[in-house]
Amino acid sequence: MERVVFDEERCKGCELCTAVCPQKIVHMSDRFNSKGYRVATVTDQEMCTSCTLCARTCPDVVISVYR
Amino acid sequence: MKQLFGPPRALQERPTHYCPGCTHGIIHRLIAEVIDELGVQEKTIGIAPVGCSVFAYDYFNVDMQQAAHGRAPAVATGIKRVLPDRVVFAYQGDGDLASIGAAEIIHAASRGEKITVIFVNNTLYGMTGGQMAPTTLLTQKTTTSPLGRKEGQHGFPLKITEMLALAAGAAYVARVSVHNPTHIARTRKSILEAFKTQIAGRGFSIVEVLSTCPTNWGLSPLESLKWLEENMIPFYPLGVLKAPGGEGMK
Ligand SMILES: Cc1ncc(C[n+]2csc(CCOP(=O)(O)OP(=O)(O)O)c2C)c(N)n1
Ligand code: SF4
Ligand code: SF4
Repeated sequence: MERVVFDEERCKGCELCTAVCPQKIVHMSDRFNSKGYRVATVTDQEMCTSCTLCARTCPDVVISVYR
Repeated sequence: MKQLFGPPRALQERPTHYCPGCTHGIIHRLIAEVIDELGVQEKTIGIAPVGCSVFAYDYFNVDMQQAAHGRAPAVATGIKRVLPDRVVFAYQGDGDLASIGAAEIIHAASRGEKITVIFVNNTLYGMTGGQMAPTTLLTQKTTTSPLGRKEGQHGFPLKITEMLALAAGAAYVARVSVHNPTHIARTRKSILEAFKTQIAGRGFSIVEVLSTCPTNWGLSPLESLKWLEENMIPFYPLGVLKAPGGEGMK
């Protein structure tokens, strides 16, 4: 199962989450949601330490973190 | 796997109308996290202001009341006095609180109303198109100070939180910011302390949160966080100005 889960329909593509990840694994994908926002994602799920910083920085409650 | 972090219960599921990267959303979530942590969702009543956060009544999963511009502290006062066992918070922008609502907030603090105010300072009127507010910094360009704010013409920016700390009825007064994860955590802690101050019946509590408005600042969301840190914090210093049982602490 994934450690960082994005509720992509809520994402507004603001990129704030991409700047705070200590592992530098949060980045913008090339997908767009139905509102037309380019959504953030994590592809290297195994690199995630479940620190929750991306989720705590997101203004739109997009991200849930598991361990 | 166990969920370490997810949406707080005290927020509704519906997405907000806030602009991409606007930190109103972070501040909403922190308030909801605190309501969850204190287990007071059933007895919390929030007051929504006029401003971009007017629809806060649609976003918090607690009882909400919307107030006329600047009047949230008066409405909060009425609700708290009629229902003293409830946890009552007002959410206000800097136009709402420091401009049209300046009298309301000063007297609510002075009376020591047992309410909590979350004061979101983004240095201008976001909702109406980025006009100058009392909190606009000197030289800052807004739609009504296109050449930059000048003290001779527009007056100096107002540090209303420092003024409120002088009110005898104010028990907890702090200024925090949400420009990075460390400060987001401190903001959460301050909001928690403010709610606890109210629940303990110690008096008025207010947390000023420095916030961004990427849309009206004309900056990207990431540039806005940097602008906040470099321009707002030097003028609006962070810290606890007043806490129950003691002087200010850092
Ligand atoms: C009595 C009254 N006067 C003026 C307005 C217009 N108005 C709406 S929002 C607003 C300012 C909001 O700015 P702020 O409180 O800083 O909140 P923000 O939108 O920046 O979050 C003003 C002046 C109004 N709605 N009601
Ligand atoms: S911070 Fe949230 S809304 Fe912004 S890009 Fe990341 S997931 Fe999307
Ligand atoms: S106009 Fe400014 S304060 Fe209002 S939602 Fe947009 S970014 Fe936030």
